Amino acid sequence: MSFRSMEEIVEVSNSSGKPFWEVLLMDDMEERLVSRQESMEKMQMMYRQMQEADAAYDGAARSASGLVGQDGARMQDYVEAGHAMSGSFVGRVIERALKMGESNACMRRIVAAPTAGSCGVIPSVFLTYQQQYQAPEERMVEALFVAAGIGMVIARRAFIAGATGGCQAEVGSASAMAAGGLAYLHGGGNKEICAAVAMALKNLLGLVCDPVAGLVEVPCVKRNVIGAVGAIAAADMAVAGITSRVPADQVIEAMRAVGVAMPCALKETGEGGLAATPAGVEARQALEK
Amino acid sequence: MNLFDIIGPVMVGPSSSHTAGAVRIGYVAGRLMGEPIQKAGGGLHGSFWATGRGHGTDRALVAGLLGMHTDDIRIPDSFRYAREAGMELEFYHVELADAHPNSVELTLNGTRGKELVMTAASLGGGRIQVCSLNGLATNFSAEYPTLIVENMDQPGIVTAVSAAVACENINIAAMQLYRDKRGSLAVMILECDGEIPREAVEKLSAIQGVCGVTYLSMKE
Ligand code: SF4
Repeated sequence: MSFRSMEEIVEVSNSSGKPFWEVLLMDDMEERLVSRQESMEKMQMMYRQMQEADAAYDGAARSASGLVGQDGARMQDYVEAGHAMSGSFVGRVIERALKMGESNACMRRIVAAPTAGSCGVIPSVFLTYQQQYQAPEERMVEALFVAAGIGMVIARRAFIAGATGGCQAEVGSASAMAAGGLAYLHGGGNKEICAAVAMALKNLLGLVCDPVAGLVEVPCVKRNVIGAVGAIAAADMAVAGITSRVPADQVIEAMRAVGVAMPCALKETGEGGLAATPAGVEARQALEK
Repeated sequence: MNLFDIIGPVMVGPSSSHTAGAVRIGYVAGRLMGEPIQKAGGGLHGSFWATGRGHGTDRALVAGLLGMHTDDIRIPDSFRYAREAGMELEFYHVELADAHPNSVELTLNGTRGKELVMTAASLGGGRIQVCSLNGLATNFSAEYPTLIVENMDQPGIVTAVSAAVACENINIAAMQLYRDKRGSLAVMILECDGEIPREAVEKLSAIQGVCGVTYLSMKE
């Protein structure tokens, strides 16, 4: 992709009169030498795979390590019984984020977005939004282009892997991508998309990558939830007209700087943070037996 | 990197480096064998050994050996499919010198007698590097249509092979030559910009001094 900043995407959008998502679609057509239809269809396929993965959740499965599983089903029962304090919309988002994270840990098929560890963030908010607001599939696909473009800028300016930038780079990026997509879906323009990205990423700045026993399970599954819920809050704030004092591109730069400064023990090595707690060490030792 | 490296790939979890990358390594090794595998040994190095079981790295490697792709929902059950195919499996710990933390050394025996020892690393995001073939150091990603030509280390073969590829009007993106010592068996690896037709690949095997040709297409 040719864009190195959110600002560049917005500039092209403003000067060409094309919406944010379409600027990225055009860029993809150029980059991969494909037609408009091919590019749209590929993104639609990604959306349908997300739907399929959500539907294929197995509420009885546990991961090979036994550390995670079944919580998505637990949350579903709770939401369906009408108990969720956060209401049915956010409740469903939590349920779906857990389900996708668990499906990933249980070796089921998912869509990395941007990574496998953070694969629950975008589908949980997108699928629930579509259900709640009866949005046409075409619009969902457009929002995925928005999210993908945001992720691309983050990948080029900073990083999207826990091993290089900590969890802020994985779940943080996913949250920013989801927030931008949601802002677009909910009627926001370029300004709102950028504000949503900035706010979502700011909220997860500094998040470390500290998987227990080195597995993408604890805390990963539940971190998908916070990425998703944070995205909704950021998008709502942005569409309400709230702006970010620090612009999105500068937040991304800050994320990079924080990631570089982060010690190795907190970047997917399974040596620090939650992995180094007595419970984390115990879980690892039990698996080594 | 393009937009679908960000939204995508569609893959079986849990980890692009420990699962998806491992499937690709197995897949490339299986293709290089070119015959059913009777016995497969997987020497796991570094993080592949430390967290491989929890990440399903072993099952992913076997799935790849059986020809499965990274989005195949049968990956978690690959051991069963291997058993049904009569493939003997063994995984163990190895310490490879100067290797990437996510590395594996596969030792494969085919039903028709072919033997292959391949080391490879999973670099992250599902990308891989094949680091050696039967002890000869290599460096290719299997992201392009790739020709692997085993040949006698003698004059004229490189020219003959590259001329045959040029004949098909296909551009060579990268070409590498590896050999142990002068005059022994050598390996030539050509990463191409376009697919090479099957007949052209067959013609390559007929070149004097060529002992084996494997073609990794991006289409299958
Ligand atoms: S803690 Fe690390 S492995 Fe887990 S989701 Fe975050 S970045 Fe990925």
